[in-house]
Amino acid sequence: MKALTFRGGVHPRYNKDRTAGVKTALLAPPNEVVIPMTQHIGAPAKPVVEAGAQVLVGQVVGEPVGFVSAFIHSSVSGKVKAVEPRPSMSGVPAMSVVIENDSQDSAAPMKGRGENWGKASKDELKELVRRGGLVGMGGAAFPTHVKLSPPPDKGIDTVILNGAECEPFLTSDHRLMLERPKAVVEGCRIAMAILGAAQGVIGIEANKLDAIGAMTEAVKGTSIRVQPLEIKYPQGAEKQLIDAILGREVPSGGLPMDARVVVQNVGTAAAIADAVIDGKPLYERVVTVTGSAIKEAKNLIVRVGTPVTHIVEACGGVSGELGKLICGGPMMGNAQHTDLVPVTKGTSGLLFLCPAEVDTRPADPCIRCGRCVRACPMRLMPTELAKLSAVGRTSESEAFGILDCIECGSCSYECPSRLPLVQEIRLGKSAIHAARRKQSKK
Amino acid sequence: MDKKLFVSSSPHVHGQVSTPAIMWTVVLSLLPATLWSFYLFGLPAVTVVLGTVALTAALEAISNKVAGGPLALRDGSAVLTGLLLALTLPPGLPLWMCGAGAFVSVVVAKAFFGGLGQNLFNPAMTGRVFLLIAFPAAMTKWLVPRGTGESLLGHPVTAYDTAGKLVELTSAKVDAITAATPLGLLCEKGAGAVAAIQNSPDLFIGQLNGSLGETSAAFLLLGGLFLLVRRIITWHIPVAYIGTVAVIAAITHAVDPAQYASVAFHVFTGGLMIGAFFMATDYVTSPMYPMGKLIFGVGCGVLTMVIRLWGGYPEGVSFAVLLLNACVPIIDNATRPKKFGLTKLAAA
Repeated sequence: MKALTFRGGVHPRYNKDRTAGVKTALLAPPNEVVIPMTQHIGAPAKPVVEAGAQVLVGQVVGEPVGFVSAFIHSSVSGKVKAVEPRPSMSGVPAMSVVIENDSQDSAAPMKGRGENWGKASKDELKELVRRGGLVGMGGAAFPTHVKLSPPPDKGIDTVILNGAECEPFLTSDHRLMLERPKAVVEGCRIAMAILGAAQGVIGIEANKLDAIGAMTEAVKGTSIRVQPLEIKYPQGAEKQLIDAILGREVPSGGLPMDARVVVQNVGTAAAIADAVIDGKPLYERVVTVTGSAIKEAKNLIVRVGTPVTHIVEACGGVSGELGKLICGGPMMGNAQHTDLVPVTKGTSGLLFLCPAEVDTRPADPCIRCGRCVRACPMRLMPTELAKLSAVGRTSESEAFGILDCIECGSCSYECPSRLPLVQEIRLGKSAIHAARRKQSKK
Repeated sequence: MDKKLFVSSSPHVHGQVSTPAIMWTVVLSLLPATLWSFYLFGLPAVTVVLGTVALTAALEAISNKVAGGPLALRDGSAVLTGLLLALTLPPGLPLWMCGAGAFVSVVVAKAFFGGLGQNLFNPAMTGRVFLLIAFPAAMTKWLVPRGTGESLLGHPVTAYDTAGKLVELTSAKVDAITAATPLGLLCEKGAGAVAAIQNSPDLFIGQLNGSLGETSAAFLLLGGLFLLVRRIITWHIPVAYIGTVAVIAAITHAVDPAQYASVAFHVFTGGLMIGAFFMATDYVTSPMYPMGKLIFGVGCGVLTMVIRLWGGYPEGVSFAVLLLNACVPIIDNATRPKKFGLTKLAAA
């Protein structure tokens, strides 16, 4: 089958060889986990345990505040040591539940619907997803039950599973599709049942032929098909994925549901299956640990709240000096100032770069070469938007579509003058959003 | 861990292409045409090229220092500008005139506007047009290639005598003969004067008198294709520019072959090749979006032909490019691509 794609994009070196063939291994939980209440987009969860309390694996320790929020569960059994702000991967300290692991792994009772989930109502299925604390596992961590609750008039006809994994270095989705293809398909079927969508498509970049094979085998007998995609970044970006597979453009300012589609990451799909069939909440996930500054690169199943330091130890330590620690991939991941931060539900990878790979060269002037324009998958003019942002001309940048930017970083990647284009655009966008919030408060 | 790690906003990796690398690649692509000019015109060509490049680079370094930076070249852009300027000059131009052209190029047209990326007009073209207006006699004194009658690639070297007659240079050892360029003849005497060579391969290979780098359409085309293959430039401007010239030449030649020269003549003479591939494609002074590039190329082609066919000057490439440079902001404004999410939903 022909590999499909979108217009624009870039071809960074993928660097996936080191972990693509490495079977996922269980990482023994650490002696202490730090579970932040902000692991998702939306309102932070409210801690519902106090210091001194005994908790079990899978027990709720944080409850959602409002609709766009998520349940948080303990990932170990043991005693709550503290409920206090701790460093988090978002860069600012987050209220966290610190739990001392008693190494018993005593699990809270889990109650799913079993294999015959088809008999359950849509609301019941959705509630199981919500109770499982599910969020998008590709990195953005948007609460899954919200995505599965579009207004009925949207007429969702397709569920797309994102198995593109276009971020360089990351292989966690790749391994998941190889090792748990059935769970991915079941999760997709459950999402289709909740949404009443007739069609399911699993999009996978053509560099993962084994995953395409495994998934093609697993979807036999269902109304789900596997679609190979061209190897190009950001192939896994929601809007680009929908455009490539269905030829539909999500309207400017709209959401995928406005194109009658809901997109889920393949990891989220497997988590949906776990939550609905086994009643297992989201307290562990696959994390790719790689980069030239880590001794042993691995794909690990890691409990949420495991500090990075514990993972570094399990991977043989840092080789030489650590230049940069990135949570996620190199194109959209967040650089961390410390390795004391814990893994969350949205942590798809940990990337350890050596000092030589950290580019601190100063930028040259813009020469108007237009490479950023050709790279932009949203067909925007990054150099113009960045210039307008830098001088605070927000009404013009808004008119030129700055809010349509998906912040994929293709422009900055491609710029021969190493200008911080997407970085300026981010500042411009946040200035516009801040002004709007101020306006609505008045 | 005590030490705080280096933090920056994503992306954390970067493509391999750099601005200096782009500049040096363009310089490299001009080398065949440059070396050919050395071969054709000898020492006068070497002097003009090396002299202009050195003066341009020195003036750029001084400009950088005055602007508050180090006394150094930040990138290859000054060398490129110097080389482009030199290739539009006649061989044997006095060095001090080359220096005046270099000054107008990098100081007036570029540094005064704010340096690399800020200039409205193509620096090399501005320098050339300044020289053409300031020193018209020196700028139209053309050396005859080689000065000897030996055969190149099986073709005898040809030039025009002052009466406009095509002659084969067979006399041994002549230091310098000056004569009009093919376009100069066309301008003065009409298509009849160039009838003998208007479809000759000499025009393409480049054994006729003219500016240093304008003579060999073949080597400039080679350099231009190299830039296309390396994705330094896109096809839009050269194709639109040369295509427009060709179409206008074809129509006028068909209407009156006695007055208007052939397509091959117009495409392969003068500054069209260097203009279309190297001047009009200058990132800073050309439109950024595909549709704008096409409009820009067509505009350059029309203006070039209007000047060549009905204007007072024999050649119009430099004026055409500069005039279109002035239109770039408004072209860019009018041709911004439609952003994602405004189309295609209803269809699917």
